[in-house]
Amino acid sequence: MGLKQNLHNIREKYRGTKMAPAFNALHTFLYTPNDTAHGGTHIKAADDLKRTMNTVIMALVPCLIFGMFNAGYQHYLAVGEIEAVTSGFFSSEFWTLQNFSLGFWKILPILLISYGVGLGIEFLFAVIKGHEVEEGYLVTGMLVPLIVPIDIPLWMLVVAVAFGVVIGKEVFGGTGMNILNPALTIRAFLFFAYPTWMSGDKVWVEGATERAKEIIAGSNADAISGETILGGLAQSHPIDYSVADMFFGFIPGSIGETSTLLILLGGLFLIFTKIGSWRIMLSSVIGALVMGYIFNLVVAAGWITETSNFYGLMNTEFWHHLLIGGMAFGIVYMATDPVTASQTNKGKWIYGFLIGFISIMIRVFNPAYPEGVMLAILLMNVFAPTIDHYVVQGNVKRRLKRGKLKTA
Amino acid sequence: MGLLSKKDSKLIMDPLADNNPITIQVLGICSALAITAQLKPSIVMAISVMFVMGVGNVVISLMRNIIPSKIRIIVQLVVVATLVIIVDQVLKAYAYSLSKELSVFIGLIITNCIIMGRFEAFALANGTWRSFLDGIGNALGYGVILIIVGFFRELLGSGTLFGFKVLGDSVEKTGLYAIGYENNGFMVLPPMALIVVGIIIWVQRSRNKELIED
Repeated sequence: MGLKQNLHNIREKYRGTKMAPAFNALHTFLYTPNDTAHGGTHIKAADDLKRTMNTVIMALVPCLIFGMFNAGYQHYLAVGEIEAVTSGFFSSEFWTLQNFSLGFWKILPILLISYGVGLGIEFLFAVIKGHEVEEGYLVTGMLVPLIVPIDIPLWMLVVAVAFGVVIGKEVFGGTGMNILNPALTIRAFLFFAYPTWMSGDKVWVEGATERAKEIIAGSNADAISGETILGGLAQSHPIDYSVADMFFGFIPGSIGETSTLLILLGGLFLIFTKIGSWRIMLSSVIGALVMGYIFNLVVAAGWITETSNFYGLMNTEFWHHLLIGGMAFGIVYMATDPVTASQTNKGKWIYGFLIGFISIMIRVFNPAYPEGVMLAILLMNVFAPTIDHYVVQGNVKRRLKRGKLKTA
Repeated sequence: MGLLSKKDSKLIMDPLADNNPITIQVLGICSALAITAQLKPSIVMAISVMFVMGVGNVVISLMRNIIPSKIRIIVQLVVVATLVIIVDQVLKAYAYSLSKELSVFIGLIITNCIIMGRFEAFALANGTWRSFLDGIGNALGYGVILIIVGFFRELLGSGTLFGFKVLGDSVEKTGLYAIGYENNGFMVLPPMALIVVGIIIWVQRSRNKELIED
């Protein structure tokens, strides 16, 4: 009689009662279920929803671990206790226990709250509505800690997760029925509700907001700058990060989105396991590059001079846009969400291209919204069904025409 | 209500609950989103609409037998426009700052679908007293939603009610703000009004399953 047997007995005891979905979910979460989700959103071969979700989580774990190291690294670097990295991705200054433990203890509560609140609401709705708990939140709960600033107050996260899960997902009917990506809904809610905690030059480095308060209160300690590259560019500040820093991720930003290298590996993993759509990823990258290149041409043509507000971001080399901000993370993990993306192959190309294109446009033209990729993906989520509709109708028309030609 | 017969009191009570112009008929949404960031303009708006609807319904009802049906929409527009101008001028004279705050939305009462809807659907076919009650009832139903939305948006968005700092001072960090609470800036933006109205609709329909349409 091990734990498994006990749990199994409890589940049997509650079978058929109102609380059954909650115990079933707990059982399924810990052990292989005998029966998997019926009528799921994307069943193919041996993949059930649980395996699909777990694959994405596996692709996210490196980003999370890196985020923990980076949180500590950015903090100690800003307060001047350690030197900047010198020797590539495996620099000894970065991978220290000191860095990791600071990040770990800061990020663990965020992770726990994200899962605790989100799954709590999922369980609640499953019990009320009398259906089984679906695995959809497992990925969302992992994404949320990776896309918020390290200094986000935890109660704000609670409010935002509750809002995102209820309004973004449950009111539409739960997993697989949502129009907007729930993780991005949560982030967008935070962004519009508490802008001072989601943008600016403080929240991205652990301790910077605390320090700023102390200075106002009369402390003579040095201010900690937590400015992100995008924030700096928007105000035409000089940027002192190398391209390697940007690619490896040794830069301030939301917890898990700084390392383009690890995101790239995660993306390849998703493509290899056929969970994420390479069409969306590739076309988003192309879209971003095209828009970035257009802006570079505008600068080269001399239409925008250094006095312009847009100069800093427009003058950024077009492929740098992929390395800074949440661009890469959004493209790989958010845009490819199978529920909210376009379903048709041709639709995926259009959908992805517009995400990249619009992201850079928002980023450059509205410095108040540095994270264009969030708004671009949410916008395209809304348009995805429309794109699919016209792709399907186009196909129907083409085939009808072909049929007519033959009979004529 | 002892004053009113059962049939008449239904005219007042129905729009307040199961036939609410905003949550059931989904009319008049535009102004409900635009002016409910605070409680005071919401209440002024509710009263203005009540005046326009009450008087307008009476006027239309009195004229119902002499309005040629081909031009009835234009006649209704003239009536509602006249009343709205009266409201606008009164507000400008006695509550200038509020009138500025409500800006174009007082003028836009003219296009409020609830008003034209009640003229068409009720006042043109019913007697004066019943039309008056219907106008007041629907305006109450509209006003109740405005006030609920305005209450939550002002409380959560600005931390005030009627301008009183009920949650403490957000600048000097007293009350709730001392422990790290912050105003929800999203509440002040119109999209959140839509979501609050949506939540009211959700709550109402889950309490009364008959209201759910497929």
